[in-house]
Amino acid sequence: MPRSYSDFESPAPARNLLLEGARVVDPRSGLDQVVNLYVRDGVLTVDPREMPASADHLDLRGHVITPGWFDLHVHFREPGHEVAETVESGCQAAMNGGFTGVACMPNTEPPLDDAGRVQWVLDKASASPVELHVIAAATRNRAGQELVEMSELYDVGVRAFSDDGAPIRSTAVLRHAMEYAHMLGARVFQHAEDTTLSAEGVMNEGEWSTRLGLPGVPSVSESIDVMRCILMTQYTGAAIHICHVSTNDSVEWIRWAKQHGLPVTAEVCTHHLLLTDEACKDFDTDFKMSPPLRSEQDRAACANALIDGTIDVLCTDHAPHSWEAKMQEFDVAPFGVVGLETALGLAFTHLIPNGLSLPALLERVVYAPRRVLSQPPPRIATGEPANLTLIDPQTTWSVDPSKFRSRSHNSPFKGWELRGRTRGIVNRGLAVITDF
Amino acid sequence: MSLLPHKHLLGLADYSVQDITTVLDTAVRMKEILERPVRKVPTLRGVTVVNLFFEPSTRTRVSFELAEKRLSADTVNFSASGSSLSKGETLLDTALNIEAMKIDVVVMRHKSPGSPHFLARHLDSVVVNAGDGCHEHPTQALLDMLTLREKFGTLKGLRICLVGDISHSRVALSNIFGLRTMGAQVILCGPATLIPRDVIRLGVEITHNLDEAILRCDALNVLRIQLERQQSGLFPSLREYQTYFGLTRRRLEKAAAPLTILHPGPMNRGVEIASDVADGEHSVILAQVTNGVAVRMAVLYLLAGAQPQPADVRS
Repeated sequence: MPRSYSDFESPAPARNLLLEGARVVDPRSGLDQVVNLYVRDGVLTVDPREMPASADHLDLRGHVITPGWFDLHVHFREPGHEVAETVESGCQAAMNGGFTGVACMPNTEPPLDDAGRVQWVLDKASASPVELHVIAAATRNRAGQELVEMSELYDVGVRAFSDDGAPIRSTAVLRHAMEYAHMLGARVFQHAEDTTLSAEGVMNEGEWSTRLGLPGVPSVSESIDVMRCILMTQYTGAAIHICHVSTNDSVEWIRWAKQHGLPVTAEVCTHHLLLTDEACKDFDTDFKMSPPLRSEQDRAACANALIDGTIDVLCTDHAPHSWEAKMQEFDVAPFGVVGLETALGLAFTHLIPNGLSLPALLERVVYAPRRVLSQPPPRIATGEPANLTLIDPQTTWSVDPSKFRSRSHNSPFKGWELRGRTRGIVNRGLAVITDF
Repeated sequence: MSLLPHKHLLGLADYSVQDITTVLDTAVRMKEILERPVRKVPTLRGVTVVNLFFEPSTRTRVSFELAEKRLSADTVNFSASGSSLSKGETLLDTALNIEAMKIDVVVMRHKSPGSPHFLARHLDSVVVNAGDGCHEHPTQALLDMLTLREKFGTLKGLRICLVGDISHSRVALSNIFGLRTMGAQVILCGPATLIPRDVIRLGVEITHNLDEAILRCDALNVLRIQLERQQSGLFPSLREYQTYFGLTRRRLEKAAAPLTILHPGPMNRGVEIASDVADGEHSVILAQVTNGVAVRMAVLYLLAGAQPQPADVRS
């Protein structure tokens, strides 16, 4: 195995790579078997008859290979907060986490609200094995008033629009953004929050916010906006995607919408499935994010909704912040936690053993995110471009944020013992494969 | 070395019956010192205490400072105005810089809940919380409990009603934790908009009717109401508040037996409490202030009293 495959800065071309002995799982292709994969110049051959003697052999017995994972909700902070993350460091974090694609939110400084700026970000990732998409701002300067030039943005590849970090507050603007995006075959991603209700809140309103004396963000501040979005979808027929669902009532509204055949999709973040507001009890700002960690009832509802498909997508809301920003008083520190480099291990350790089958997981991290962005699904089949995530499901490891490829270390999962880890990715003719 | 099983006093949420009893018993002994002709003992000689106040405070800071001086500690006051904070220094840097000047105890007040907990994780010094936002004000609750214990002999089984703005009150939260731990019943009385939705899970009762509360409690702890809560739409007017939640002599006459009246100060006379109640024979408001010094002496002694003294270092 040549060392060059483990270089995150300059991933090696997948010219002549033989992946041997792994269990290959691609539910869409009906594939779940131990079979060799051969990648020549980025193109797949499944079960090659002849083993090319000159190939780089990689022994992956005991490993799992799936189509490349996709994180529908990340923040790469460029331009504006390069101290926390850049497109390059974010892509490296994605590789290290097993993601071959990401969708970046536009709340940079300045925000990604015009085609020139979006293209500038896209160009930064053009040579990366990580396929980077930009979710453009829905309104100019994310100010919630004037629509961005959606058609022009569509023409540079944008398929989703969001003022994420904040909701589109005006219901009229929300309607117009949804309708205009719908005309293009794109959709609005809403960060659902009634900010008059969440106001100064910094954690979930509940017993723990009461105990800690911290201003609360009531769950209804999210659910009420989810309801508003769904009613607008029902009225206009325009699709909506609900970002980072965190409450039981949001889940119930989304379930209702789907039962009525409305074009509503939704995502949930790993941390909302595995943590509750009690985690804030030591005032550790690595547990502060928006929406906040909720009650056990909310957590369980989100987990069940991911299993039964009410929630389409599992994402991370990877939100890097510098050490300096997070080393402040809890109410002052910014919202957000990193997630790209722990999501896969957490899914294998805590989601699969708790009712989410591997095929269902892949639906949520491979196919659904791309479907929401109108992208074709990757397939593991002869002649297809190799777009793969390589997983060692047995390795146990301890989450050490100082080892992240991300520039930021604000993980609520620091110190967690996980079983299952990214071994590497292959995508866009390139491969990054790590040795532990 | 602390004489309690805690290095710091960050709040009463994690103080046990034994811990609170130790503080109150020690405070009784400290109170004796305050009655002597020479109100000073050498207990904390060589111990340096910094009063780190990031929020304006008069009585709490003076009370701590007196407690420190009565115990012969060296004290320094730091207040936010005119400090490095105005130059944009972080809380942690401010605290680390002060600690680097070799101090033993930080008494701090700050607007952010959890800020003393944050500093306690990063400093070697003993941290005493003198109020962190709407979270805790443990020495206030301890002095309230000392005052109640003096009056009733015990806290167990007492029915204490906290009246007013519970949502924004660190005094209320510390009292709830402390009183519940000590086996007292706690009734919260105030407008629905000023009582946290989930506070019921802390084992308290809630009422919005002060007259009804008066019929079934032994003491009332009246909290300060702030005009800014009206401005943010939490209650309609001070006039309406006074009419329905203001403590007056007429209201108190309905009680079967005279009720003990506490107030953490500063009072809005004529708003949450009528003057004749505040100054009446069953008011213990000034006793609270005296007990405040004793309780703070007790806390400082218990947490820092076994610090190495100069003599110990030599031997």
